Amino acid sequence: MALRTLATRKTLGAFSTFPQQLRGLQTFTLPDLAYDYGALEPAISGDIMQLHHQKHHQTYITNYNKALEQLDDAIAKGDASTAVKLQSAIKFNGGGHVNHSIFWKNLAPTKEGGGEPPHGSLGWAIDQSYGSVEKLIAKMNAEGAAVQGSGWVWLAVDKELKRLVVETTANQDPLVTKGPSLVPLIGIDVWEHAYYLQYKNVRPDYLKNIWKVINWKYASEIYEKECP
Amino acid sequence: MSWSSSNYLCLSSSSSVTQFSRCKLPCESEGQRGKCQDLNRATNISAYNSLKPPSFKLDKGQRRNDHVLKKPRNISAYYSLKPPPYKFDALEPYMSKRTLEVHWGEHHRGYVESLNKYLGKDDILYGYTLDELIRVTYNNGNPLPEYNVAAQVWNHDFFWESMQPGGGNLPILGLLEQIEKDFGSFSNFREEFIETALTLFGSGWVWLVLKRNEKRLAIATTTNAVTPLVWDDIPLLSLDMWEHSYYLDYKNDKARYVNVFMDHLVSWNAALARMARAQSFVNLGEPKIPVA
Repeated sequence: MALRTLATRKTLGAFSTFPQQLRGLQTFTLPDLAYDYGALEPAISGDIMQLHHQKHHQTYITNYNKALEQLDDAIAKGDASTAVKLQSAIKFNGGGHVNHSIFWKNLAPTKEGGGEPPHGSLGWAIDQSYGSVEKLIAKMNAEGAAVQGSGWVWLAVDKELKRLVVETTANQDPLVTKGPSLVPLIGIDVWEHAYYLQYKNVRPDYLKNIWKVINWKYASEIYEKECP
Repeated sequence: MSWSSSNYLCLSSSSSVTQFSRCKLPCESEGQRGKCQDLNRATNISAYNSLKPPSFKLDKGQRRNDHVLKKPRNISAYYSLKPPPYKFDALEPYMSKRTLEVHWGEHHRGYVESLNKYLGKDDILYGYTLDELIRVTYNNGNPLPEYNVAAQVWNHDFFWESMQPGGGNLPILGLLEQIEKDFGSFSNFREEFIETALTLFGSGWVWLVLKRNEKRLAIATTTNAVTPLVWDDIPLLSLDMWEHSYYLDYKNDKARYVNVFMDHLVSWNAALARMARAQSFVNLGEPKIPVA
């Protein structure tokens, strides 16, 4: 085991341009958006989308890769205290990467179906659990506005109990911290960086408008996969 | 046997005439045997010169009892929004006028209005000063809903005063000595402060506090609305690391924001004044006993 890591480190130095293939560790890269930055106007401005994607998400990915590298080193050296100390950085940056990757897929321009309410089994489940899509939206907006500081508000399906839940998480905690069997369907970023340039401190307005570009089709796909 | 007389100012708006009554409880030790008698002598000071105290005649057997504190009805106490001690554009180009307008005018004002709304609901939290209110609503880690708004009002008041136009540079006098004693050197402190601010996850604050028990300076971080007051430490400086504080000026470039704060905005005068006051609660060094 130690021999293998030694070998990879040497080759890492020699072929530093291909780290992904030689290290046993995978690095993460910024996923592309399926739409232009300005395609979600006027609900979310192009400036915000560009900053959010190119700066914030990229920073999470960079720091996540760094933390993973350090974790790899620490595990190889058997340095337990460093490995444990890195956990919070991994949860924060890795969670940020996971959450934002879901977020980009949760959004779609109005032309491509953003904002169109769900049909099929997800629509039925929402009507059963919450009465109507509007009531669900009202509940999520209330919970999202009530989040103190930074966090996310989620619509998730509990794959064991086969029911929908609305949850909030703090900072960049991934949804699984609230329940190991929760699968996110829709996540809305209520960190201030997600809306500040456009909505300033009026988070409720941001939450009201973002539903016009939410991609319910993606949510329905995930739901049908978990609850066939 | 000496008793201290207590003067307290009672404010009541139960009658149409607002009266300020000063109730004094003097105690005369000579000539009194046994218990000391309370001499509630009321002095009516009319709030406005045009209003006279009531002059109606009392019926037989009735006593004019305006020396007794009436149970106040319709009392409304509220917290007000305190403006920063400088004009909004005084911190340009490091913190723009727009940021101050939104941060103070909307965020801080919103907190004050929410606080007043919460306090208006019932009397239970009436009578606390803001410091005490924060401690009480923090509830030892299980904060009541009023905690966030109350603490954010206090935090932002403190933050505006922690900055000044033409700030930055180095602290002076006793504060510099204390920093050098506790951190090694000022540049060590500056580096540690900046690093702490940049590794804070999510929304929060970074503080320079004087720790009561350890009698030394330290850098503390708190999340969301928590303040070192609840741990009974004495804050000297604060830096708002919520995104709303720097987003309009620096977008996601936290590092530049923190460096600019340290170099150009931080008010060491305010910190020095706060530390001087803190030294009346915490003994930082050997007491200076004058040699005869």
